[in-house]
Amino acid sequence: MSAPLLITFDKVWKSYGEGEARVHALAGVDLAIRRGEFVAITGPSGSGKSTAMNIIGCLDTPTVGTYSFIGVDAGRLDRNRRALLRNLYVGFVFQGYNLLPRTTAAENVELPLIYRGVAARERRDLAMQALAEVALIGREHHTPAELSGGQQQRVAIARAIVTRPTLLVADEPTGNLDTARTHEIMELLTRLNADLGLTIVMVTHEADVAAYAERTIRFLDGHVAADTANAEAA
Amino acid sequence: MIWETVRLSLRSIRRNVLRSFLTLLGIVIGVAAVIAMLTIGSGTTEKVKADISKLGSNLLVVRSGRPAGPGGPGGLDQVVRPLAEKDLAALVAHLTGARAISPASQKQVRVIFGTESLTSGVTGTDSAYLDARDWKLVSGRPFSDSETRSGTGVCLIGQTVRQQFFGAGDPEGEIIRVNRTSCKIIGLLEPKGYTGFGQDQDNVVLMPLHAYQRRIAGNRDIDNIYIAADDTTPTSELQPRVEDILRDIRRVTADRESDFAIRDMTQMADAMASATTTMTGMLGAVAGVSLLVGGIGIMNIMLVSVTERTREIGIRLAIGAHEKHILIQFLVEATVLSLLGGIIGILIGLALAGLASVALTIPFAPSPAVILLAVGFSAVIGMVFGFFPALRGARLDPIDALRHE
Ligand SMILES: Nc1ncnc2c1ncn2[C@@H]1O[C@H](COP(=O)(O)OP(=O)(O)OP(=O)(O)O)[C@@H](O)[C@H]1O
Ligand SMILES: [Mg+2]
Repeated sequence: MSAPLLITFDKVWKSYGEGEARVHALAGVDLAIRRGEFVAITGPSGSGKSTAMNIIGCLDTPTVGTYSFIGVDAGRLDRNRRALLRNLYVGFVFQGYNLLPRTTAAENVELPLIYRGVAARERRDLAMQALAEVALIGREHHTPAELSGGQQQRVAIARAIVTRPTLLVADEPTGNLDTARTHEIMELLTRLNADLGLTIVMVTHEADVAAYAERTIRFLDGHVAADTANAEAA
Repeated sequence: MIWETVRLSLRSIRRNVLRSFLTLLGIVIGVAAVIAMLTIGSGTTEKVKADISKLGSNLLVVRSGRPAGPGGPGGLDQVVRPLAEKDLAALVAHLTGARAISPASQKQVRVIFGTESLTSGVTGTDSAYLDARDWKLVSGRPFSDSETRSGTGVCLIGQTVRQQFFGAGDPEGEIIRVNRTSCKIIGLLEPKGYTGFGQDQDNVVLMPLHAYQRRIAGNRDIDNIYIAADDTTPTSELQPRVEDILRDIRRVTADRESDFAIRDMTQMADAMASATTTMTGMLGAVAGVSLLVGGIGIMNIMLVSVTERTREIGIRLAIGAHEKHILIQFLVEATVLSLLGGIIGILIGLALAGLASVALTIPFAPSPAVILLAVGFSAVIGMVFGFFPALRGARLDPIDALRHE
């Protein structure tokens, strides 16, 4: 195992509130994830999974401790530098899809490219390519309201991978989907991980979803309670 | 990138057509008011200048009484002596450099034809009046010298009088009654429209001075003497000559002030023009206040827009939008909104000014500079009042924004 380290948490704390009301969402987390891994994060509600994901995705910074991403001390960068890191290296998939309403699938997918300053024609080509990768050709001019939940989530995945990111951060990507759609999305993620070498960190509550990953990290009360390699997926 | 943002903002404006329109109303009204005011104002100024030059920019008007000025009207010893025919005769005999010299006494009088009546400005004058005022006849003839001298009951009428009594018909030879005396129409004046102050210059009746004095005024006074300078003599040169002749004939001793006033219409033109400019400026200031109100409306709606779209901002920030991208997006939206209001306002303002120019018969004088200024101004209002809401959007925390319902 010698793929380079992509993500390291070194005694990371994340605390909210003051005095009596102080809550430690993360309480001294140590963690390392290598390039190309497909990691599932599980744990009970309130155990700090989303908090960890926000830090991993450079949306948030630790209160105490060091978070380094691609060798950069990302926890100490200002918000605009972290925006740049996200734009260049991270794709996000959320439980609630988070597509722009009244905006077509193609335009949603083009969005990250706009902030990269990619020219219009190239943007359109790249967006079509990403939509093809999630098998949504023919739906590019539909708005989210005209798409099913599974289709919306595939648009969101296309938007996350259109920039060819190093890391895909997915917080309960199948939380709103039925079983058939869930397996569709998980097969898509597995394929992206295998074909593109995309590193995926995914939060899930479901064991059969976590089983798609190579490794499961279990959170409990802001700690890493277990970190296990999965048996080869069925 | 900017074009992308402009398209985006147009789309979000179109999404809320009614709300956008209501937001724009302040800007629309403000800009329309400014444009209408300034356009009508400059039309009025042009009109006043044209009127004055129509009066003859080389015209002096003499009337009795001391010139108004420091010290005010004369004391008890200054019983105002009206102008008289000997004053006119002296000017005609001795003044050099004048093209035309003509007396004029005026009064608003009821004029009757058949069952119709009209209150008109009736002027008693002589045959030189048309030349002095630079007025022309469209038909008929001016008074003859003998008619002037004997005070025959003949008259020239303006277009409004003709319209009232005869419609489009030929008034020549008809007899009208002017204050219980009758007079025969011998000519029709060309249309002159309104003055800059809304006075109808076509609602006039001209009659020989003696007829006017005898049958209407009941005295032998002359209210005004009009003196038109010839082409080579400036009025400033003519004025002292007129003064000398009149002081002499009226026996004003060297130690006293003149008991008559000479007004130079060129100076009046400048005074009136500056008065309309002041008025335009004041109205413009009032309109400026409504622009401010419009700006506050924009700020309000942009704050609403930022709040409504918090989640959208969160998504954009999450996928790598820089703060400045969000700032620019909302600034552009506010500016486009405000510009749109400005453009609608300009169109409405020009339409209003166009209507006013027809109604007041003043020239339609839109100024490209003013229009450009209005465009620039409304853009600036959008930027200034959009800045705070935009900054608020740009400073949102992406995690909070994404969690926003
Ligand atoms: N902005 C915040 N302010 C205060 N407390 C917070 C904030 N965000 C998270 N917390 C607290 O931190 C703890 C961990 O929250 P987190 O969202 O990471 O849990 P989670 O594991 O994602 O739970 P779930 O499975 O329900 O999504 C919780 O106790 C939560 O109340
Ligand atoms: Mg969570």
